[in-house]
Amino acid sequence: MGIRFVLMVNKQGQTRLAQYYEYLNLEERRALEGEIVRKCLARTEQQCSFVEHRNYKVVYRRYASLFFLVGVDNEENELAILEFIHLLVETMDRHFGNVCELDIMFHLEKAHFMLEEMVMNGCVVETSKTNILSPIQLMEKAS
Amino acid sequence: MALSGMRGLSVFISDIRNCQNKEQERLRVDKELGNGLTPYEKKKYVWKMLYIYMLGYDVDFGHMEAVSLISAPKYPEKQVGYIVTSCLLNENHDFLRLAINTVRNDIIGRNETFQCLALTLVGNIGGREFAESLAPDVQKLLISSSCRPLVRKKAALCLLCLYRKNPDVVNVDGWSDRMAQLLDERDFGVLTSCVSLLVALVSNNHEAYWSCLPKCVKILERLARNQDIPQEYTYYGIPSPWLQNVPFVVVLIMELKLLSSSRGQVSYVISSTTKVKHWKPVVVVGCGKDIDEGWYGVTGLQRVKTMRALQYFPTVEDPNTRRSLFEVLQRILMGTDVVKNVNKNNASHAVLFEALALVMHLDAEKEMMSQCVALLGKFIAVREPNIRYLGLENMTRMLMVTDVHDIIKRHQAQIITSLKDPDISIRRRALDLLYGMCDVSNAKDIVEELLQYLSTADFAMREELSLKAAILAEKFAPDLSWYVDVILQLIDKAGDFVSDDIWFRVVQFVTNNEDLQPYAALKAREYLDRPAIHETMMKVSAYILGEYSHLLSRRPGCSPKEIFSLIHEKLPTVSTSTIPILLSTYAKILMHTQPPDQELQSHVWAIFRKYESCIDAEIQQRAVEYHALSMKGAAVMDILAEMPKFPERQSSLIKKAADSEADTAEQSAIKLRAQQQNSNALVVTDQRPANGTPPVGQLGLVKVPSTSTAGQDQSTAEQGVTHANGALTVVDPQPSSTPSPDLLGDLLSPLAIEGPPGTGPQSVPSVASVSEGGVNADALAIAPVEEQAKTVQPIGNIAERFHALCLKDSGVLYEDPYIQIGIKAEWRAHHGRLVLFLGNKNTAPLMSVQAKILPPSNLKVELSLVPETIPPRAQVQCPLEVINLHPSRDLAVLDFSYKFGTQLVNVKLRLPAVFNKYFQPITVSPEEFFPQWRSLSGPPLKLQEVVRGVRPMLLAEMATLFDGLRIMVCPGLDPNANNLVASTTFYSESTRAMLCLIRIETDPADRTQLRMTVASGDPTLTFELKEFIKEQLVSIPIPHQAPAPMLPQSQPMSPPTAISDPGALLAGLL
Repeated sequence: MGIRFVLMVNKQGQTRLAQYYEYLNLEERRALEGEIVRKCLARTEQQCSFVEHRNYKVVYRRYASLFFLVGVDNEENELAILEFIHLLVETMDRHFGNVCELDIMFHLEKAHFMLEEMVMNGCVVETSKTNILSPIQLMEKAS
Repeated sequence: MALSGMRGLSVFISDIRNCQNKEQERLRVDKELGNGLTPYEKKKYVWKMLYIYMLGYDVDFGHMEAVSLISAPKYPEKQVGYIVTSCLLNENHDFLRLAINTVRNDIIGRNETFQCLALTLVGNIGGREFAESLAPDVQKLLISSSCRPLVRKKAALCLLCLYRKNPDVVNVDGWSDRMAQLLDERDFGVLTSCVSLLVALVSNNHEAYWSCLPKCVKILERLARNQDIPQEYTYYGIPSPWLQNVPFVVVLIMELKLLSSSRGQVSYVISSTTKVKHWKPVVVVGCGKDIDEGWYGVTGLQRVKTMRALQYFPTVEDPNTRRSLFEVLQRILMGTDVVKNVNKNNASHAVLFEALALVMHLDAEKEMMSQCVALLGKFIAVREPNIRYLGLENMTRMLMVTDVHDIIKRHQAQIITSLKDPDISIRRRALDLLYGMCDVSNAKDIVEELLQYLSTADFAMREELSLKAAILAEKFAPDLSWYVDVILQLIDKAGDFVSDDIWFRVVQFVTNNEDLQPYAALKAREYLDRPAIHETMMKVSAYILGEYSHLLSRRPGCSPKEIFSLIHEKLPTVSTSTIPILLSTYAKILMHTQPPDQELQSHVWAIFRKYESCIDAEIQQRAVEYHALSMKGAAVMDILAEMPKFPERQSSLIKKAADSEADTAEQSAIKLRAQQQNSNALVVTDQRPANGTPPVGQLGLVKVPSTSTAGQDQSTAEQGVTHANGALTVVDPQPSSTPSPDLLGDLLSPLAIEGPPGTGPQSVPSVASVSEGGVNADALAIAPVEEQAKTVQPIGNIAERFHALCLKDSGVLYEDPYIQIGIKAEWRAHHGRLVLFLGNKNTAPLMSVQAKILPPSNLKVELSLVPETIPPRAQVQCPLEVINLHPSRDLAVLDFSYKFGTQLVNVKLRLPAVFNKYFQPITVSPEEFFPQWRSLSGPPLKLQEVVRGVRPMLLAEMATLFDGLRIMVCPGLDPNANNLVASTTFYSESTRAMLCLIRIETDPADRTQLRMTVASGDPTLTFELKEFIKEQLVSIPIPHQAPAPMLPQSQPMSPPTAISDPGALLAGLL
């Protein structure tokens, strides 16, 4: 099923966005996020972007104060996911204009909308930025 | 005021009080309850809820609000409702049901944006009810020409989710053509989704989708040539890597599937969610449990073999498709350059790695293959950590798929450097790769590298590392002393991470190889010199020195006394689990000291005395027993002699790895390793030539003379020691049966954990073998005399009927369309009186009826005359007298024949005049039991055996079984609740009434093994009884699926009721 979850976490380890593509209950989520965040945040720039954790492989990327962590299973192409993160960031950039942690934090719903357009059921569904952003624009027009 | 603490409440109450009418009151209450929220407010609260949930607080209210928003008419509210619902709820949530109708209306409605939202929700959550009610609609949307791509891409993934979760509900018959059409799609969003869907469909049924293969290759071609790719879908100049990767996967699945089916192999349980990369990562997965159960249905070996075989298999058959595919691959392999832009570089390499994965499995030319290895070799040396990581990962995969060992070995030094990388992810990959590439030629280097790394490795990796090192050392040891060195170093450096299995294994090796014993003892002695050693090391060295320190006694510093004090000074530092081993060591050292050393003896005895009152039962017991034994002096030397050789067996490590339920990463790798062929360096060979340099790969265990009885396999030495000293079961050797003074070869030593293989008759009488078999054996017992007689088939399962009759005294012995033979028996002491009821079921007489008894030597059987004809629908009775002469499990056989018309039917039936029929249950009190038990002090009157492969049953079940066998279970005699003590009296002419005592010790952790001690006053009886009980425990007649018995009257074990009375049965027939 490819992507299992997408997490955005800041340097302090606070979750800014969490989207799961398999159902985990709250306990499991809390434990998983804690462990993964601890593992990934401790890593240096010189280390690779892949961390193995339980049955996941976490592909992560850091942008300023924000970490993007994507949990995938073994059938996923790591580099493609790494660039998927970048695509997500570029899409957010296009919408917010030089996106920062606060944009995501205060526009949680928009971040969710974008992700929803890009990933469905753990598969990448759309990679064209225009298409990804069209529902948001639609809504902004409506309101 | 009384409510001073709750102003808000007072305000609310006064508000209500001030309301003019009912309507105002209702509005106020609604406001308080939040019912009057505007859609805007609702939306706001629902987002807040999601935010709170994301922070990790449990939100168990408000779900209803989120779901209710789904039915809001406006897009913004609806969208929130859908998104939050899919975040908060799972498919089993009750609230979801409330929304099904709205969701369906949205999907079949005209509003595209609503359709998208609804499809996304269903695609993310799935659920059977959704699948049942929505799948046809979703399918229609996907292929509808009037739908915009926007909707269709979502429909594709929605269908994928429904299909994955409930493939039985979604009807995809005839979808191959549709999928082929969909692959021509121009829109990249739809194409991306459709290819994902295709992966799932192909995994479930590849044959149907064969026509999609050329289309996939076409897509790849188009992408690789960068032809006709919309700007929006290129990423840093690379055509969407996310789309590019998927067709590779499809092709790969096709390949593997094709292979598996055309080879006629077991079809792979590849579930719909499994993409092909799953086939490789057995070795590389860095993760724990695989979610996909089906994946583990295929053994690693099979997978690897399949992939190897793939190289010799004509794969993509259409030459044009094949040429295009190879062109694409070649273009990617050659044309991927390292560029400055990180994103572009990553994107192009993402595609490259996917291409590599495919090449590995394709029937590629040698040249292309070596290109791949060269690329990977380059990757593992670059500075960029991601590429290095993936290089290592893919090299491990490649290793498992193709024969590139030798080329990869050239990179060994580079890989070892990666083992010291600061990044744990890379170190893990390097470790896996080293583990995978290890063979006899480089084992020494690699294992030593691992050992060296062990001291600096982080804790997270140590256990994995030590297990891998131990396995490699065992598999590829160039010589045994090296193996011992490695394991001891392993324990020394990472004792906490070395599981018991590892040290048990080294003890086994040492025990089984005489040449190794002095060396191991010397090594153990060296480690003991160190000021602080790990407890596991203490256990191994104490054990080895206890067994073999006398081999060193001539060396300086190795006298028994010195060794003893060396060990004993560590005693205060060890835990209670180690003390018993030390006590055994002391006892053994003491015994080996010749001539006896008075000082040492008094010292050791003092220790024993001290521990005789120890609170730990194990320690106390050993202290008491060793003390008592050692006081007997030389007479009991044998008991403390060296342990006999262990029966050869699979490595417990590898077995453990293979059996283990927990599929952590390393274990799945180990599993694969265990299943690989030709990797066994420690081949079990015959006694190796003394001092000779044995050829590499041929080294190893001295073959132990295989013992006759199965199930003596004692899992560990430690266990053996423990058991051998069980309270009731210390078996003193009979002076007469004490064999040769050659202690080393003394397998019959009473301390041997196996039952003495030599005692008792070994040749199993031929008839008895019939009784051991299940259906097959019995099928043989029915031997039709003539061709045409074959048409007469017995009704019901003869074996089952027989086994049932072993436990009860009346029932049907045999039945076919013409005759039914019932039996009724009475037993008194060693006499039995059986009556055979021969019932003719037909309207024609049965002619030439003959019954003969073929008695074994132990029974005297007299059958009264059998009439030659049985009239139609009549029953005749034939009494049968049985006298049991002496104990034996042999059976009497009834040779029965008759003629029906021209058909001659002849059957040979075992008579249920079995061993246990001569039992008379008897209760014994402890006052009677214990003296008797003690007086029957050892072989051949008292026999003990560890039985393996026992049908697992609870103690209560076993008691019931014994009860059925007329053996009386005596509760309360054994203090241990896991044990069972039983008694019975056996009658035969030679033995008369003979008391038999039985003790079963079960292991609650492993119900398939137990230890059985049987005692009686007659050696043959003891042996026979032991074997008999063993048969009952091991091969209990499992209720076989009888070939549809016409009359279900003979239910094994069921208490006989009226219908099992043959008379009544026949009466019913008449």
